[in-house]
Amino acid sequence: MRRRNVKPVQGLLFAIATLSSSYVLAQMDHGEMQMQGGSAPADARDPNAYSDGYTLTEGPYAQPAGPRQLKLADEHVFWAVLGDRLEYQAGSDSTLFDLQGWYGTTYNRFVVKTEGEIADSRLEESETQLLWGHAVSTYFDTQVGLRLDQYDEGKDRQWIAVGTQGLAPYWFELDMTAYLGEGGRTAINIEAEYELLLTQRLVLQPRAELNVYGKDDRNNDIGSGLSDVSLGLRLRYEFSRQFAPYIGVEWTDSYGDTADYRRAAGADVSDTQFVAGVRFWF
Amino acid sequence: MSHWLSRHVKPLSRRRFVQGLAAGGVLAAAPLSLQAAINSGAALGTAPVLSGREIDLTIAETPVNFTGVTRMATTINGSIPAPTLRLREGDEVTIRVTNLLPVSTSIHWHGILLDYQMDGVPGISFKGIAPGETFTYRFTLRQSGTYWYHSHSGFQEMTGMYGALIIEPRAGERHNANLDHVMLLSDWTDDEPMHAFSKLKAQSDVYNFNQLTLFDFTRDVSKMGLQAAFDKRQMWNEMRMNPTDLSDLSIHTPLTFLMNGTTPAGNWTGLFKHGDRVRLRFINGTSNTFYDVRIPGLQLTVVQADGQDVEPVTVDEFRFGPGETYDVLVEPKDDAYTVFAQSMDRSGYARGTLALAHGISAPVPPLDPAEWLTMSDMMGTMGANGMDHSGMSGMNHANMQDSGSAKSGMDHSMHGGMAMDHSKHGSGLAIPSQTVNHARTEYGASVDMRVDTPRTNLDDPGIGLRKNGRRVLTLADLKSVEGVLTDRRLPARELELHLTGNMERYSWSFDGLEFGKSTPVSLRQGERVRIILQNDTMMTHPMHLHGMWSELETDKGELQVRRHTIPVQPAQRISFLTTPHDVGRWAWHCHLLFHMDAGMFREVVVS
Repeated sequence: MRRRNVKPVQGLLFAIATLSSSYVLAQMDHGEMQMQGGSAPADARDPNAYSDGYTLTEGPYAQPAGPRQLKLADEHVFWAVLGDRLEYQAGSDSTLFDLQGWYGTTYNRFVVKTEGEIADSRLEESETQLLWGHAVSTYFDTQVGLRLDQYDEGKDRQWIAVGTQGLAPYWFELDMTAYLGEGGRTAINIEAEYELLLTQRLVLQPRAELNVYGKDDRNNDIGSGLSDVSLGLRLRYEFSRQFAPYIGVEWTDSYGDTADYRRAAGADVSDTQFVAGVRFWF
Repeated sequence: MSHWLSRHVKPLSRRRFVQGLAAGGVLAAAPLSLQAAINSGAALGTAPVLSGREIDLTIAETPVNFTGVTRMATTINGSIPAPTLRLREGDEVTIRVTNLLPVSTSIHWHGILLDYQMDGVPGISFKGIAPGETFTYRFTLRQSGTYWYHSHSGFQEMTGMYGALIIEPRAGERHNANLDHVMLLSDWTDDEPMHAFSKLKAQSDVYNFNQLTLFDFTRDVSKMGLQAAFDKRQMWNEMRMNPTDLSDLSIHTPLTFLMNGTTPAGNWTGLFKHGDRVRLRFINGTSNTFYDVRIPGLQLTVVQADGQDVEPVTVDEFRFGPGETYDVLVEPKDDAYTVFAQSMDRSGYARGTLALAHGISAPVPPLDPAEWLTMSDMMGTMGANGMDHSGMSGMNHANMQDSGSAKSGMDHSMHGGMAMDHSKHGSGLAIPSQTVNHARTEYGASVDMRVDTPRTNLDDPGIGLRKNGRRVLTLADLKSVEGVLTDRRLPARELELHLTGNMERYSWSFDGLEFGKSTPVSLRQGERVRIILQNDTMMTHPMHLHGMWSELETDKGELQVRRHTIPVQPAQRISFLTTPHDVGRWAWHCHLLFHMDAGMFREVVVS
């Protein structure tokens, strides 16, 4: 009973830690010289100090009243889709997809992330997140929204997602999200990627991911605590920046109750897969 | 073998973009009504000339083929470049512009002083020229020199709408030349400009194929040791900035670099005779390219910058960005010379020939290697002073010395004295303020860098040109001739604005505010005002202020040269004085078209 009460609190703490980490990352700068991030000192210059109260639509010689005609790309909406992993996994004879799309402006975006596994022409499991992303610092966005888990054999789950995604010092792509589900379920997902250019087109991409759950979920063979870690290494060749076939290897290990459930189900606790796929964006 | 492969096989796939088609350009399939204009072109790629007081221009879509692929361009009178307009100082000209495009268009007369309604910026000076409409521009030419004109609507300039505008001085040219060639440099992409822009929004280094690789690192390790190799990269890695981020677009966009509308393979050729003194009117009409221009074997005597005469200065090479112009005198003695204009990121070049006859050419020099940006490009004087910081040890010390700002500590102590010198001109601010004031909007997601110790020297030719063994023009070399800088009043007030951006998000702005979030800069007619521009980014921005001159001064407050477009280098702080003569609303923006469209754009109200 006591455990059950503690886990949501832990989850909440994780969520707060995740959110604040984006702020901490934003604060990281070069020692005493605050060249990036930070907050404006009290005497910072007023960017509107030279306007004499005029605006783009009001004041002398403004164009005739009506909606402002000149709108540049800062007021346009853009979109992109990144297929970071679309691959065949040889060991399990399955196909994995990991796609992310966004639609919006520079600072506010609707973000969709979807990840899943297809085997025997069946969508075995998938996780789709619908998020609102907001730029909070030079390199990080906060993301808030929903995560929908689907299991072919198991029980579907819905979560509220709160996270941060961005570029950490030394060019690590980070994606950290805390989840709160029904019945006090909590989860944390952390993903990190790095791109090591061997040549201008040959790129080695190490990748790490870990999942932590607050509660056992026997329906879906998930145990509380650190449930699984995966490490991947993919070597891609960018025929163009937007189209790059790759080969790689992915190692996963499960821990605690998750490992036990897997053992009981006759599945491998840890697993090394060879993968071949394509990374693309448009 | 691998050498052979990298040198000979790889370029093949890109050769068409890099070199272009020899006969590339506007196709004969242009509408019949425009055939005359095209056929009147004297030579391939040389624009037809229009002169007089009444001129008719027609904007239309025209098929072009620069690379082997047919694309639609937006053209003025069916040619790329647009017709060269040769007008006369003092004339009132009437220019009727008819829009045959399915979308609105405009023409801006770059660097020309006129009534704001004639300045041609849709949404600021007028509402634009609607499809099917004819707009009549009418203005009196109050100046002379080499200028240009281009569309100010969307990305039309990038798709072909640019031409030379030459205004002959009433009093005759200061320097006689027997020959006069317009050298309009531009760039072309087969991609849709907005598509290229949206790719930068998705991945801002998408066109940079000069990124740091693992093997660059291991090479450095073997050369300088592991610690030094790490140190060399430390600051860049911590700040998530790329030292090879020299240009947003490159030949991988793909860009094809053009000289007078002609590809490198087409080799535009201008003729001369032995004994000729040739005036070359260089105009950078590109959308996004800084060019480093030289003519191996010839010295270039720069006599005019942005249409305004300067004290002649002889150099081997000059860099100029979109919007800038330089008039250069040369005295060719050999049979042929290559006019070589390599892009700042060294991914490609525009090229043409000056020769005694068609068919003669000179060797084309190889591209210089691309250099890393230095610490002085990131931190200004702090970087240049060789701060004893781990991040500095790998930097090129020669570069730092060349930036010349090691003496900036001294400059500060001299300001008091200089202020006294100038006090005889009356009350005012003799010396531009050296105190860095970041706007409060520079501390958010729109800004990836703030410089606290900017460099203020003007004698730095810039990244890739420092200590290259050639005499390269710098802003410090440019001095307006007597009689140009007539307003000697001291400024009564000083405005400081910072050029800002976030490369990763691909957003550009003033003071961290993109155009849509900004308010206008309000100036008063006839006032003498100082504007300080500090570049808090790692790119050079050619800043173009419409409707009035930008009179560049040194950090000691000495008036230097009159410009309409001032390139501001990374971590540099420059200042200029202006006297707004004409009321109205004016545009002020970075002339790298993508930076302008991303939001590095302000409105200026003169009232």
